[in-house]
Amino acid sequence: MIIVITLLVLMMLASAITACIMKDLISAVIAACVVSLIAAVLFFLLHAPDVAMAEASIGAALVTAVFIIAIKRTKRHEE
Amino acid sequence: MKKFFSLILLIIIVVGMIYTIHQIPFGKNQSKIGKYFVANGKDETGAANIVTSVVVGYRSFDTLGEVTVLFLAAIGLGAILTTTKKQNHDIEKASLILNTGCRFLFPLVLLFSAYIFIHGHLSPGGGFQGGAVVASGFLLIYLACPGKRINKVGNTISESVGGLIFIILGAIGLFVGDRYFLANFLPKGELNTLFSAGIIPIIYIALGFKVGSELNSVIDKMMEES
Repeated sequence: MIIVITLLVLMMLASAITACIMKDLISAVIAACVVSLIAAVLFFLLHAPDVAMAEASIGAALVTAVFIIAIKRTKRHEE
Repeated sequence: MKKFFSLILLIIIVVGMIYTIHQIPFGKNQSKIGKYFVANGKDETGAANIVTSVVVGYRSFDTLGEVTVLFLAAIGLGAILTTTKKQNHDIEKASLILNTGCRFLFPLVLLFSAYIFIHGHLSPGGGFQGGAVVASGFLLIYLACPGKRINKVGNTISESVGGLIFIILGAIGLFVGDRYFLANFLPKGELNTLFSAGIIPIIYIALGFKVGSELNSVIDKMMEES
């Protein structure tokens, strides 16, 4: 169990750093979406299914959609 | 000089955070109120899910505040993003796979969200989670059929009715039973059955409709502009 949680946390850290350093904003948003998704799995493993549900639906689905729509209206690449 | 000051400030914040967080015993339940909720939540509110008994039982006034914040955010977004000029640029059609897949998934997603908020007092989930799933279902339809729009009047009505049911049920609690705002005046019923926990399932269904329509209106505003 502790190995699974450690792996998930490392993956989460890696995607968070990816989201920070990516110049392509769509890729950065997808990496942030992965952070939310792994956070949802972690919440579930830590016996908080209510929070996991909210995190998966809001953090992974809706926020990503809102960001992508916003990027579509502005510029895709960071200068 | 500026950098030096910000570095000092950063070090102070980091040391303070580490010192404070170090004092908190990790993984040990120290609060008395938490123990009280776990011990008495089922008997006092009738909800099998302890989280629900806190969110809509003991702390339902806070939930009303949260819904109000969401409502204000949706209104503010609408006020900022509403434009009078009509945009009619050509609509790009979605691919066949996206279209068919989204149309197939949409009723299933709605059914699942209804399950989440109707069973909020029995299993994990509730009004907020169910409402967010409703909104993601409508997001699928927006992706699959770019020309389609939701019925704005129906959306507003379902949002207002959801909010009104919440407040009216709370106001009835002022006059019946224990006489405080949002008191649980209906019979609690048998624990762990669908018709139990008094007003909690009714409030959760109203919340599901309200949160779902609010998030829908947010998505609708964003899509309209793009």
